Amino acid sequence: MNKKQKKMLVRIIIAAVLMVTLNFVPAKGVLRFGLYLIPYLIIGYDILRKAWKGILNRQVFDENFLMAVATLGAIAVAIYDNGDYTEAIAVMLFYQIGEFFQSYAVGKSRKNISALMDIRPDYANVEKDGELVRVDPDEVEVGTVIIVQPGEKVPIDGVIIEGSSTLNTSALTGESMPREALAGNEVISGCINMTGVLKIETTKEFGESTVSKILELVENSSSRKSKSEDFISKFAKYYTPAVCYSALALAVLPPLVRMLAMGLAPQWGDWIYRALTFLVISCPCALVISIPLSFFAGIGGASKEGVLVKGSNYLETLSKTKCVVFDKTGTLTQGVFEVNAVHHNQIEKEKLIEYAALAESASSHPISKSLKNAYGKEIDRLRVREIQEISGNGVIAIVDGKEIAAGNDKLMKRLNVAYKNCHLIGTVIHVAIDGEYAGHIIISDVVKPTAKQAIHAIKKAGVERTVMLTGDAKAVAGQVADELGMDEVYGELLPGDKVEKVEELLEKRDGYGKLAFVGDGINDAPVLGRADIGIAMGAMGSDAAIEAADVVLMDDDPMKIAKAIKISRKCIRIVYQNIAFALGVKGICLVLGAVGIANMWLAIFADVGVMIIAILNAIRALFVKNL
Amino acid sequence: MKKTYKIEVDCANCANKMEDAARNTAGVKNAVVNFMMQKMIVEYEEGADAKEVIAEVIRNCKKVEDDCEIYL
Repeated sequence: MNKKQKKMLVRIIIAAVLMVTLNFVPAKGVLRFGLYLIPYLIIGYDILRKAWKGILNRQVFDENFLMAVATLGAIAVAIYDNGDYTEAIAVMLFYQIGEFFQSYAVGKSRKNISALMDIRPDYANVEKDGELVRVDPDEVEVGTVIIVQPGEKVPIDGVIIEGSSTLNTSALTGESMPREALAGNEVISGCINMTGVLKIETTKEFGESTVSKILELVENSSSRKSKSEDFISKFAKYYTPAVCYSALALAVLPPLVRMLAMGLAPQWGDWIYRALTFLVISCPCALVISIPLSFFAGIGGASKEGVLVKGSNYLETLSKTKCVVFDKTGTLTQGVFEVNAVHHNQIEKEKLIEYAALAESASSHPISKSLKNAYGKEIDRLRVREIQEISGNGVIAIVDGKEIAAGNDKLMKRLNVAYKNCHLIGTVIHVAIDGEYAGHIIISDVVKPTAKQAIHAIKKAGVERTVMLTGDAKAVAGQVADELGMDEVYGELLPGDKVEKVEELLEKRDGYGKLAFVGDGINDAPVLGRADIGIAMGAMGSDAAIEAADVVLMDDDPMKIAKAIKISRKCIRIVYQNIAFALGVKGICLVLGAVGIANMWLAIFADVGVMIIAILNAIRALFVKNL
Repeated sequence: MKKTYKIEVDCANCANKMEDAARNTAGVKNAVVNFMMQKMIVEYEEGADAKEVIAEVIRNCKKVEDDCEIYL
């Protein structure tokens, strides 16, 4: 609680105690009025002052004015009627309790959400004259060697020059699996060093480091306002004056009509009282506070899960997504080529891969890399002689005294070796040993283990259509799409074609639902920009992706896409609940107030009660872990 | 030119009013008040003197909501 809040709490308590005690004081007339004025002024002096200033500044219709008029009116009615001043004090008291609660709840959730994103490192350790000195990360220059001890956060992006450890990236990615970090690896700030001491040479300034970028992004995200927020602030602008005029009409017209047209007693007190309840009900606070709070909580909860949403407006758009377009490589597949299968092998699989890897050892082609990875051991160059690369065909080399030919069907034809075609899709490497066919190896891009599950989850979250775009051969694209259960697939697209395809899809959908594009953010920035909402994944350390996308997934697990959509849906649901609830209750109470059924107490509930419920509901948007 | 200021305002509706007041100040191209983060981001018109304009923004904000602070 801050100073302002503490002062308010004291005022609330004193006024409440006085109000209750005065009920037992048998004072009459002016003395009674004077006594009741004390708690009223204690609790309401600032409201009266603000209302007065508002009038001076020609800003008449605000909550302060509403409350001042309502309570002063209630006092006037009480003087004239029955001397029951409690109601006026109670209205002011509960209004202040509501404001107090609001200020407390907002402050608290602001703190909670900031704590969730507590990845800001406070210091960096720099070695000076053999001693560790703690310095402000802002002061560390690029190229400085910093030391990160176990349990500390990596403060600045850099490269490990000494030591090895495991890093906990959960604050950044929401992923609890620790990562291995060895000398030579790049590390990004915000990770927590778990086991060993690391010496890191910084490659960026603190302000440019991952952790600063993320914090900046999250903190600014609620500045981009959603349509719901705009709607409510516009609504509030017209709503308050409208209610004030209606209240005035309610106070004046019915008595006049009764008096002049119907010849009845005007019942001024009764109608003025109804008009005052009207004013109390009308406060727009519940609406105006709960909506930004819901978005703030939703964005905060999402960032804890490694889903960074750049603005409330994007969260809103994401929730309306009906069609998700995926880039294949790097999004649904790992983008690294792996040995998938070995067929028709005359010798052991491992042996075949070993020969192929050795024969290809001089090549820097990705295929040769994946063969080396599949082989898994150090290549002994001494076993290989006379390597000849035949461009576009493959290689022929002498390995362990045997002539190994590894390459495509052209190479086999050239050597007059009878080869077998493969039914699997991918790059096929035929291997011949001393002119005899020894089988083939299939290398293909590997689908991410959670990709299929992710597509299923995305559909379950309410997305109707999934589309895959890729630059790969149509056959490869078709196979992956079938395996994952995609609705549409387009292969052999150049990067420029992808933009066109997305535009075509947007046109076909004709504004029905929103279209999201998911890419790895490296060469698909134009597409990310063109879609209704661009989602970049695997963004750890990639500035380009953070820049181009509207939603950034910190790691490359496609399940996070489904999670992001679910979080946005939950948040929007809460926003709509609050709008409907607040407007509904207020609407009903206004009608009840106008016909004279609702009294001041119900009016207080419609104002303060609704606000408290709406705030509590808004905070629910923070809890997204188990979605 | 964009500048971010720390602000202090208690109610969300008042924050909206401050936003409006800032936007309607001469020399301000656009202004956003982030109630949750208690920040005001002011985008100045080309060639406007930030110091003078922000002083006017503060005056206008005080008019619509007496109980607000903008820290320079």
